[in-house]
Amino acid sequence: MAAIELRGAVKRFGPITAVDGLDIEVPEGICLGLLGPNGAGKSTTMRLLTGQAIADSGELRVLGHDLPGDAKAARAEMGVVPQLDNLDVDVTVEDNLAVYARLYRVRDVGAAVDRALDLARLRGRRRDAVDKLSGGMRRRLLLARGLIHDPKLILLDEPTVGLDPQIRTELWTLIDDLRSHGTTILMSTHYIEEAERLADEVAVMDKGKIIARATPAELIAAHAGTHTAEIYGPPERLTEVRAIAEEQGLPVRPAGPAIAIVGSERAGNGGIPEDAVIRAASLEDVFVLLTGAEAE
Amino acid sequence: MSTQTGRRLRRLEPAAIGGVMSRELANFRTYWRGTTFSSVLEPIVYLLAFGLGLSATLVDEVNGVPYVQFVGTGMVATAVIFSSALPAMFGTFVKHRFQNTYDAILAAPVDVEELVSAEMLWIGLRASVYGCVPLLVTIGFGLDPAWGMLLVPIFCLFTALGFAGFGIAMAAIVAKIDQFNYVTALFVTPLFLVSGAFFPIDELPEGFQILAQLNPLHQLVELVRGGAFGYEAVDLLRVAGLIGFAFLMWRIAVNRLSARLID
Repeated sequence: MAAIELRGAVKRFGPITAVDGLDIEVPEGICLGLLGPNGAGKSTTMRLLTGQAIADSGELRVLGHDLPGDAKAARAEMGVVPQLDNLDVDVTVEDNLAVYARLYRVRDVGAAVDRALDLARLRGRRRDAVDKLSGGMRRRLLLARGLIHDPKLILLDEPTVGLDPQIRTELWTLIDDLRSHGTTILMSTHYIEEAERLADEVAVMDKGKIIARATPAELIAAHAGTHTAEIYGPPERLTEVRAIAEEQGLPVRPAGPAIAIVGSERAGNGGIPEDAVIRAASLEDVFVLLTGAEAE
Repeated sequence: MSTQTGRRLRRLEPAAIGGVMSRELANFRTYWRGTTFSSVLEPIVYLLAFGLGLSATLVDEVNGVPYVQFVGTGMVATAVIFSSALPAMFGTFVKHRFQNTYDAILAAPVDVEELVSAEMLWIGLRASVYGCVPLLVTIGFGLDPAWGMLLVPIFCLFTALGFAGFGIAMAAIVAKIDQFNYVTALFVTPLFLVSGAFFPIDELPEGFQILAQLNPLHQLVELVRGGAFGYEAVDLLRVAGLIGFAFLMWRIAVNRLSARLID
């Protein structure tokens, strides 16, 4: 049985179709990265899975429970780590955890709180109010709160958005630990590196649909090739270089101040200028080619 | 797994309601001093000002009751509405729109009906305790204790549940926090002024008297005075009215907050 099965899920908000016939299957034990630009429908998908949004049509099943009818039973078995920090800031670390242990009907609240404190490495800070913690500690606590009932499935909604690099790496280590213990993870992100590092498989989402899905390496091989050439220079020159590459049938994408010729190994004579910087093709190349959005 | 799976989750589970209330209690432990201080000081100040000031110069007694005792018993109702409707309005709005607390709670096995019920119960219980403070203060100002007063916390609870539901519904309806000004000016202030807490309703024109009968706060004022000076048969109807008010507001609050929280 798959942990998550969505078939033809549609969710509209007035004239906007946020999720547009979405099919996703997440087998047990993998980390699936849901990668997409802002507005692709990732957050709405997450809310559909917790029953906080009700699909207009489609079949949705989470851990064997049909949604939205059995959403409450599904929520009892999954953990959710939100994008925004919504801890109770005046309350102590341990009380924040204890409240959620009760909401998840954990039998031994004290033991669950101790386990979560260890996971977040906050045992020494248990009696401190949350607003006394550093940003990284708060993030670890938020993650530990979502894991308080030892769930089989975790939804991570943009787990490191807006964090500084050090805290991000710290969280990646924690998430990677969970993955290696066999917890099923669905993680939405718009950070390429996050998907590359943590996800066993990546589903690229755009305009409410999955447009590609495979392991990061397969996606790169299928959509980008082996190498990418980046060329810097004044706009007129870049336009010239782009025209030549496109004539040879190579996809070209903007890369900040530069342009990137994807699949440069397939270029014929004179297709790639000599001053180009050649690098290995990346998931970012795939992402930008598929969604047309500039990567972060 | 340490969770109770396998069992189908029902509506209105005590575990969910208790969990949400335990969150309120954990927060309350960080701010109870200030709330309690003001709720004790306020009736004392009012009784000193109204009672000593007004009764020394203008009114001595109302329907045979010394004015200090008349106002003191009436102030139970004002304490109840100010510790239920306003915290429900602002608390719900802040938790929903600013702190995203409800997003986290609803990601757990808790539904909107349980969330609203828990918030109402918490506010109701708290307001029923704070509602008794003016009565105790008035006893300090010379009101004779009576057995009937033991029912006052229950009357306060029913009224506070209703106003908590009202406040939650309003928080779900308004688009911006400033719009609470309309709610306060249109509902809270008139209800509290025309409750009979400060002057007797039977002096008002007949139209107002009929309106006052629809005011839950007026019913509470009459019940508190019944507790202090003797109940009447009609008080049973008043209690039934307050229960009906609480039930109606509960359903409206669940309906409005569901519309706001579930897409």
